[in-house]
Amino acid sequence: MTTLEAAADAARDNLTALESEAIHIFREVAGEFDRPVILFSGGKDSTLLLHLAIKAFWPAPVPFPLLHVDTGHNFEEVIDFRDRVVEKYGLRLVVAHVQDWIDDGRLTERPDGTRNPLQTQPLLDTITEHKFDAVFGGGRRDEERARAKERIFSLRNAFGQWEPRRQRPELWNLYNGRHRPGEHVRVFPLSNWTEADVWNYIAREEVDLPSIYYAHQRKVYRRDGMWLTEGPWGGPREDETVEELTVRYRTVGDGSCTGAVESTASTVEDVIAEVQASRLTERGATRADDRLSEAAMEDRKREGYF
Amino acid sequence: MPSLLRVATAGSVDDGKSTLIGRLLHDSKTLFTDQLAAVERTSRQRGEDGPNLALLTDGLRAEREQGITIDVAHRYFATPARKFIIADTPGHVQYTRNMVTGASTADVALILVDARKGVVEQCRRHAFLASLLGVGHLVLCVNKMDLVDFSRERFDAIRQDFARFAMKLDVHDLTFVPVSALHGDNVVHRSDSMPWYEGSSLLHHLEQVHVASDRNLIDVRLPVQYVIRGGDFRGYAGTMAGGVLKPGDDVLVLPSGFSTTVRSVRGPGGVELAEAFPPQAVTVELADELDVGRGDLLCRPGNRPHVGGDLDAMVCWFSERARLEPGTDYVLRHTTRETAATVAELDYRLDVNTLHRDESATSLSLNEIGRIRLRTRQPLLFDPYRRNRVTGGFVLVDPATFDTVAAGMITGPRQAGTGVTWQSAAVTREQRPGRGATIWLTGLPGSGKSTVAVELERRLVALGRSAYLLDGDNLRHGLNSDLGFSPRDRAENVRRAGEVAALFADAGVVAVVSLISPYRAGREEVRALHERAGLPFVEVHVDTPLEVCEARDPKGLYARARAGELPGFTGVDDLYEPPSAPELVLRPDDGDPATLAANVLAFLER
Repeated sequence: MTTLEAAADAARDNLTALESEAIHIFREVAGEFDRPVILFSGGKDSTLLLHLAIKAFWPAPVPFPLLHVDTGHNFEEVIDFRDRVVEKYGLRLVVAHVQDWIDDGRLTERPDGTRNPLQTQPLLDTITEHKFDAVFGGGRRDEERARAKERIFSLRNAFGQWEPRRQRPELWNLYNGRHRPGEHVRVFPLSNWTEADVWNYIAREEVDLPSIYYAHQRKVYRRDGMWLTEGPWGGPREDETVEELTVRYRTVGDGSCTGAVESTASTVEDVIAEVQASRLTERGATRADDRLSEAAMEDRKREGYF
Repeated sequence: MPSLLRVATAGSVDDGKSTLIGRLLHDSKTLFTDQLAAVERTSRQRGEDGPNLALLTDGLRAEREQGITIDVAHRYFATPARKFIIADTPGHVQYTRNMVTGASTADVALILVDARKGVVEQCRRHAFLASLLGVGHLVLCVNKMDLVDFSRERFDAIRQDFARFAMKLDVHDLTFVPVSALHGDNVVHRSDSMPWYEGSSLLHHLEQVHVASDRNLIDVRLPVQYVIRGGDFRGYAGTMAGGVLKPGDDVLVLPSGFSTTVRSVRGPGGVELAEAFPPQAVTVELADELDVGRGDLLCRPGNRPHVGGDLDAMVCWFSERARLEPGTDYVLRHTTRETAATVAELDYRLDVNTLHRDESATSLSLNEIGRIRLRTRQPLLFDPYRRNRVTGGFVLVDPATFDTVAAGMITGPRQAGTGVTWQSAAVTREQRPGRGATIWLTGLPGSGKSTVAVELERRLVALGRSAYLLDGDNLRHGLNSDLGFSPRDRAENVRRAGEVAALFADAGVVAVVSLISPYRAGREEVRALHERAGLPFVEVHVDTPLEVCEARDPKGLYARARAGELPGFTGVDDLYEPPSAPELVLRPDDGDPATLAANVLAFLER
């Protein structure tokens, strides 16, 4: 290998290559769309997404607002973190409260109290209201089998639906974002990242995350093989006992269905070691919503979920 | 730090491709317990013995139900040495479209054959597509070795058969691995059942394969994606498509032809880089304030891509709803440009199994490949695909449905000889009455070019020579009346004047051109045009200092430009690039216009 090739290789290590790919995607969208928005919940994937957007447009501010679909079943630490980030970078945040849709009758609370499936309509309504034409999400292909087949630019019809059999071929780094009025494109800059990549990059860049991603003491109860936390969303039932454990979260979603894992990983390095040793996918371990059926994610994606 | 390797896999389910990938994930400990549990559950429901690892990659419900793979699936796994992205493409339906898509970014193509069946048609097709898409490394996995008693003779026969076929392809690295995906032989670990095999296991080979030299580190290409402005900062953001770019490098902006210098190269977040390589995302600051935007391209002055709108390309047709037919208009996406394009001709359809060219074909349908001639409304800045996958690849989009209907690989500018031909004349240059040449006077507005040119034409004609004055202002009344003063129009203005001058010179006339022609690149192209045609070209720099020109201001233009009435006026708010090696320099100190004209004449007589 020549010296030049060696230098070129160093500039092409896995994380640098993934970072460049994500930044290329952000800039393509900035160059081609009128009203993009970044889905931002304060979770680790959307925090990473925002971190990359900030780097893509340095020294100019990020040319897109943020959108959070708020189920009302939140972890306080995550909402605090969200608001701190928004203030720190002077960003514009649009919040769609699921509660508003329940209050005016557009949505009905589910018997199990879970609000994750209720996010779809407020998301689509808000996209329509603000005429967003490109919606960045933190989805990764390694998360789930249906996501493994999704494009980086994923067209949604006027009803926000994904049509897996009508996907556009995506070649080289050319992305076709053409769409009709009312349609929009979901854009996934982290498509090719794995959970390990996300954590390694968070470590490399010293990205700040909500504290619940690291080990802490929490009162939890066991349901369906997961450790759920107490909260305004109900639970524990009478037959469920609350214990105080040292836990952390691998993913953060609606509080009623996001499980904690027992863990003493209190630093990013500890988390990386734990992820590498884990024999369960992050969704399999901690998300009740993905366990509903084998095709759970595919069905929700078709309906317009993230 | 682990590097990234992109692998495209091809082969049908029957060949055990999904099983092989499942085995790679499983034995490299990337497969998670819950994924395996889901696979075991489904396998049991379907009454299969043992986990069907193919279920891991078949992500959509319809695929699992029908036992086929519909779409490209991406799989990820990592070892301490490398992270792998596997684009797994189906063998059954729409194989070509998916294989082409998966191979477009792949470093390595993995092709499976069944040891019992040997090299079948599908295997040749996959190998051809990998080579068409520029995948330099091919690995042929001879699978199901357990079903041929791990026979060395069988493996050698398949290897020789395939190597013979691969000689016709553009593949520079070909590797053969005998495996049993079902049992894991030679997938991650070396097999005990094939002691005669001396090579590495498949995974070990993928960890070691040398791809660093595949990238083009010679031709600097940076397509501009987006202009970043923040305070005093103005940066051009893009992804390196070729070459090595450093601060201080001279660069040319295409298509305008400005030349300038790189002030800084920054990585994500503004980190200053000593040098940038493909495929890094960068932001470049330039020394001069120029009009550069999305769709433009930065390169080195001595190493440019082709600029043109008439080109040859191989295309693969993707649409089941329409056919590719000559005369149809599409939207073409290439680097960061988008332009209308017409398929002017279909030269032939290629049979991917026999590599036979069918020149009688009149259209391409789904999954067919052919060579076309393409005309684009705006010029593209391109390289042949074999030289650069980013600046050589494009897609066609249907303007009505917005579907991506074709992938294209540019082979080069349209070859003359098909379509437009050069008609040879019966008169040679020696037979014409005069000896022609082009005298090209360049300089600032008000430098005195036209006065010298008028005097020079008068003297030449007085000497009995055929001469003709091509004055920039006069040309703008007719030939160039459709052009304004944007950098692009100025470049076109110079190009046309150069073409006309060359025609006069070829006809035996001395063309005396008086044109500001502010950009070096434009003049160099005119010079190159003359050199190619074997015509004399004399570049004369009328080097009158700006203060003198402005003090003269014969047409009152400087005054108007200073008042802001003439934006983009050369010398005031637009750049003038003096020639680096003109044949002649005329300075006001050398004498009056008549003397200067006499100096040019004297130079010609030499």
